[in-house]
Amino acid sequence: MTLWLKGDYIVSDATLNRFFALHVIAVPLVLIGLVAGHILALHEVGSNNPDGIEIKKNKNAEGIPKDGIPFHPYYTVKDFLGAVVFLIVFFAIVFFAPEMGGYFLEHANFVPADPLKTPEHIAPVWYFTPFYAILRAVPDKLGGVIAMGGAIFVLFLLPWIDRNPVRSIRYRSSTYKILLFTFAIAFVILGYMGMQTPTPVGTLISRICAGIYFGYFIALFFISRNEKNKPVPERVTS
Amino acid sequence: MIDQYGSQQQARRQAREQAARLQTKRGRVKVLSRTDLQTGKYQRLLVLTTAAVLAAGSLLYVSQSRAASTGVHLESPRIDQGNEKSLQRGAQAFVNYCMGCHTADYQRYSRFAQDAGLSEEDVSNNLIFTTDEAGERTKVGSLMVNNMTSEYGKQAFGVAPPNLALTARSRGVDWIYTYLKSYYVDPEIATTGVNNLVYPGTAMPHVLWDLQGVQSPIYGEEVHGARPITGLELTQEGSMTPDEYDDLIADITNFMAYMSDPIKETRHRVGMYVMLFLFLLLGVAYILKKEYWKDVV
Repeated sequence: MTLWLKGDYIVSDATLNRFFALHVIAVPLVLIGLVAGHILALHEVGSNNPDGIEIKKNKNAEGIPKDGIPFHPYYTVKDFLGAVVFLIVFFAIVFFAPEMGGYFLEHANFVPADPLKTPEHIAPVWYFTPFYAILRAVPDKLGGVIAMGGAIFVLFLLPWIDRNPVRSIRYRSSTYKILLFTFAIAFVILGYMGMQTPTPVGTLISRICAGIYFGYFIALFFISRNEKNKPVPERVTS
Repeated sequence: MIDQYGSQQQARRQAREQAARLQTKRGRVKVLSRTDLQTGKYQRLLVLTTAAVLAAGSLLYVSQSRAASTGVHLESPRIDQGNEKSLQRGAQAFVNYCMGCHTADYQRYSRFAQDAGLSEEDVSNNLIFTTDEAGERTKVGSLMVNNMTSEYGKQAFGVAPPNLALTARSRGVDWIYTYLKSYYVDPEIATTGVNNLVYPGTAMPHVLWDLQGVQSPIYGEEVHGARPITGLELTQEGSMTPDEYDDLIADITNFMAYMSDPIKETRHRVGMYVMLFLFLLLGVAYILKKEYWKDVV
């Protein structure tokens, strides 16, 4: 399997070519498929609302949901505002902080590649660090890779893990909110730990946080069945 | 004015009535009134601002702790890439002291002339000391290369002197500045006789020693059988005072920062216009959204 992926007994030109092709052809094709899937799904079920209510259950005489508003012009103008906010942040980085303190353009990018010199501390880019911390927290090599992949894969199972019929966090129990908050904090700590050089204390903290990461989904599976929800309104509020 | 106020009052009354109606109907539904919604908005804004401040703070903290991980406190020079005089002085020192061994071959002389407010003749007459492969004086349009081959460099120093064009971005300006300040006499280094606090065991001799003078280490209390160096003192004066020397290396650092990112000043200038436009557009987009959404809620 590794040999088949690498195309050689070591990481070589063939490996680089293969992974380059994978990233510039296969990944964009998958993205196009996902965009198409997203639009199809959106046409089928419509947008959600902060109350998490199915607005298609409540239609007027013409068959238009009473609580619904058309995507255009309402969401096109709203998304335009959002796009401008994004562009402000984006261009502030492009023009004034392209390196972002070494997080967006890493310092090592300004040194010519030298196959004889390996940097003493290799940290992945910042958005991978939580998963990298999980990888390092597991003492077993294969187990670590499985845990790292599982950390992403478990997100795809959320519709079955979360067994609560209530969609909006507004009407869910405080147990759920505390659980989610703990999960978010553990995730941020994992992200920080993934950037640091490993120390015994750091590894211990990473292990605890990795435990919280997976523990969240296990706990969610059990508490979501019998949660004390607040009453959900029948119509969209406010 | 009166009309607007009146409509606001009306909207608030409507929201209250709606809430009361729904509450009597189902008895347990909490409907947000318009005023509730507004405090919710401020709360959200507050939370977002706090989150942004926390994120920025932690980023700053992390980048600082990363800088400190070299073990030596790095000093920050006061440099300004828009200061043409400083760039010119830095370039002068760079071609005289650094380019004997180092190259900077991502940078062209002519581009520097343009950015530092010099004519090509000035640069050609004052900053170019090398010849090209044909043995003629290097042209002003060429890259800043020198005449030392990397094989010879390796033979002379043990490692080929690195290209310095991007060092300000790979190591950082603070590192370069502190590095040039932190040479000290170390008899254990047989080849150059000097060592460096920032980069121990460096192969580079202290080429600026006649300007700075000679520094000797001050040792602290013994820890684990070794006495750590706590500071450096000047034991033999150079041709410059310490302040003059600091200014010179700040200029060199500034020049190296310029070489690593020559477009920076232009980028900042263009960026200001882009930001101005985007903020105007934000205002327009916000008003547009308000206008379209005023009949929703």
